[in-house]
Amino acid sequence: MNCTEFLSKLTDYFDGQIDPDLLAEVKSHLGTCHHCEVVVDTTRKTIDVYRGAESYEFPEELSNRLRAAVMERCKTLGNLPDIPVKTASKNDNA
Amino acid sequence: MAVQTTPIADDPLEPFEDSVAAESQAEIHPDVALVERAKAGDTAAFEQLVRQYERQIFRTAQHITQNREDAEDITQDVFFKAFQKLDQFQGNSKFSTWLVRIAVNESLMRLRKRKTSKTVSMDQDVETDEGSIPRDFAEWRPNPEQNYSQAELAEILRKTIAGLPPGFRTVFTLRDIENLSTEETATALGLSVPAVKSRLLRARLQLRERLSRYFRQNNEASK
Repeated sequence: MNCTEFLSKLTDYFDGQIDPDLLAEVKSHLGTCHHCEVVVDTTRKTIDVYRGAESYEFPEELSNRLRAAVMERCKTLGNLPDIPVKTASKNDNA
Repeated sequence: MAVQTTPIADDPLEPFEDSVAAESQAEIHPDVALVERAKAGDTAAFEQLVRQYERQIFRTAQHITQNREDAEDITQDVFFKAFQKLDQFQGNSKFSTWLVRIAVNESLMRLRKRKTSKTVSMDQDVETDEGSIPRDFAEWRPNPEQNYSQAELAEILRKTIAGLPPGFRTVFTLRDIENLSTEETATALGLSVPAVKSRLLRARLQLRERLSRYFRQNNEASK
């Protein structure tokens, strides 16, 4: 297996969707190719760092505001056949 | 060459006809019960669904549009449209995947409007091989989390993913950030599984290459 062939199997390798024979070839290549070893390591870290980081804040205030707006819009719908429009009650959130 | 839009752009709320039948034959997902209650008029049940998925939908929209105000609007629109079309959700796929699919369509439509162009689609720029062939073989030491504050890291990640073509950014977001399976990602985007795998590989390699400028060993420039 050369580096190009190895790269073509990278997604399946990460996803654990690779048959045992091919996996042995992949591991054999990794044992002898430092460049591909680095690519695997840094690609894994790329995924991990994105998965672990909260790139965009979603504060409680925004959550409450969006949810209230959504529910307000839903409750004002008058033409849904199976969802009765609720009239405002003391239990409704502002 | 004209860029083709994918089928999902035609009708974002087209009912799913996917083949996740195995799941429906197993245990019923709690979301299905909430959806059934919501269909029967229980708005509290729908509010619970909003609460569960609002962060995911907001994050997905912001990753694709790269705009906070758009992401806020899209989050509202996604749940409102889902509420209107609840009867179209048959439980053949996860409710969250259904929502994500709507969010992706809303986000791509927003990008089209913003750029006053019809060419923003899942296919845009995906033919490029830029960054798909590894060139940087430096190791990342120490790990990025050890070298940067949370705020610095978040800024680097935002800038880096913003540079990806929308077609790659969207696949990476769904598959690697939102943790959808390859099949769920394909369903949500109206792509084939091989197309998702191909785009995911190139997205991962391009991001790796770009992040390496910040995280590579002995890189003094970024600190």
